[in-house]
Amino acid sequence: MSTLPAITFLLASVLFILGIKLLGSPKTARLGNLMAAAGMIIALLATLPLMHGPLGAAVPGINATLMVIGILAGLGIGAYGAYSVKMTAMPQMVALFNGAGGGAAALVAALEFAKQGGETQAEWITLAMLFATLIGAVSFSGSIIAFLKLEGKFEKPLTYPGQQFGNAALFIAMIALGVKLAGATHAPAALIGFLVFALAFGVLMVLPIGGADMPVVISLLNSFTGLAVAADGFAISNIAMIIAGTLVGSSGTLLTLFMCQAMNRPVTNVIFGAFGKAVKNEAGAADVGGTVKPIQADEAALLMSIAQHVVIVPGYGLAVAQAQHQVRELADELGKRGVEVSYAIHPVAGRMPGHMNVLLAEASVPYDQLVEMEAINPQMDRVDVCLVIGANDVVNPAAHEDKTSPIFGMPIIEAEKARAVIVLKRSMGKGFAGIENHLFFRDNCRMLFGDAKASLQALVAGVKES
Amino acid sequence: MSVEILTIFIFVLSIFIGIELIFKVPAMLHTPLMSGTNAIHGIILLGGMLVLAGADGALERVAGFVAVVFGAANVFGGFMVTDRMLQMFKRRK
Repeated sequence: MSTLPAITFLLASVLFILGIKLLGSPKTARLGNLMAAAGMIIALLATLPLMHGPLGAAVPGINATLMVIGILAGLGIGAYGAYSVKMTAMPQMVALFNGAGGGAAALVAALEFAKQGGETQAEWITLAMLFATLIGAVSFSGSIIAFLKLEGKFEKPLTYPGQQFGNAALFIAMIALGVKLAGATHAPAALIGFLVFALAFGVLMVLPIGGADMPVVISLLNSFTGLAVAADGFAISNIAMIIAGTLVGSSGTLLTLFMCQAMNRPVTNVIFGAFGKAVKNEAGAADVGGTVKPIQADEAALLMSIAQHVVIVPGYGLAVAQAQHQVRELADELGKRGVEVSYAIHPVAGRMPGHMNVLLAEASVPYDQLVEMEAINPQMDRVDVCLVIGANDVVNPAAHEDKTSPIFGMPIIEAEKARAVIVLKRSMGKGFAGIENHLFFRDNCRMLFGDAKASLQALVAGVKES
Repeated sequence: MSVEILTIFIFVLSIFIGIELIFKVPAMLHTPLMSGTNAIHGIILLGGMLVLAGADGALERVAGFVAVVFGAANVFGGFMVTDRMLQMFKRRK
């Protein structure tokens, strides 16, 4: 590598590192993203002089034309996806972009392998190519299944007898084929077979995992794509790809572990689909004791307007009802009356960690009103009213009390400790985990039934009158 | 030391940087962070461009072209959707 591209790649890598660093704080996150994007443009420009056609000749015109068309097409697709997606559907979009990256990584590696075969390169370069093909293809097909599951298609975990055995067999067959390929020079049929196996494995890996766990899966596949890109970097000896891919691979793995930690479940538990089995014993958790007590909107509004401190616990139900703006309106009205309002955000509220923050930010709720679970729980017994909107499992005290509950041990927002709890809910339906919520039967808990948006509008009107 | 060994050095050190970078990130930023790193692995576009440049024959061209489209969608879409998310994070006025 000559000096100029080397220095530009170094600059790009520094920008990636600074970008990820700045993404870690709400004040600087946007700047961080732009910095990483700038690094990307520099890296792309530095690549232009490195390109050459077959056998070291100049790049043929047709290839150059295809490249320009391809970049423009990808830009168009990406921009359309990025700007048309609703913020509630954002996790799906990230899954699709990740899948595209995985697919590209697999194709690059497979092409490079087809060209060089197992002969000219050092063995470990050949291995890197096969690794990138495998992991990239798994990430591609797995992301598409994750996308479909988040869209509500076959959301339930799909399990059948002998599934893990079948997956293991497929995995072994794949490795065997890979070993055969590593020693072969020109074996296009085996290479295509290897790709097909890897794609099938990605599908079968994600199918048994429930919709609620998709964020973890997407995060894991994100780090897979990163590793595939790094391996591609080894295969075509491009240092910028090695650094960028590795950064994503390692930070993505850690992020995946953080997400599992927030749900109090080991990562193996998610990947091997234990959640699906846990849901089945829902019938056992029936007798909770106590009765459910409804409340009218005007009474609830009065209760809140005379409170000193109101804590709002938003859940995915709020986002589905598109009621973020009404929540902010309610908080503003209460604020005008001197009530202190804060939002308690469970780490997995929404569909992804931090998803709820994005959704509330969309309704221009200032982020310094958002309080994380660990910070709000110690104050909860001094809170006058805890307003739970479309959240269920994340406020279920069964996680602390009921050892047989599938969510036992999951950290929750301790809404039950507030002086009064008002739950906005469409019906007595169950949450994502499919279990009864003990909170609803507590003495200090009142239920305000109805569509979240309509209920909130009624609350706003009630507070204005009081 | 050969170039290969040096690249492995870079690889291993990058692993540690990646871990260190996100160690104390608050949960509220996990989604933008996932989305932002997702865009960064879009650097695969660069690999797609390099293989398409050297492609020979219809099959290679098609595969290289698809790789470029995918890579470009990943990188441009990824940065755009992250920016759209982050521009909404605002402090109380």
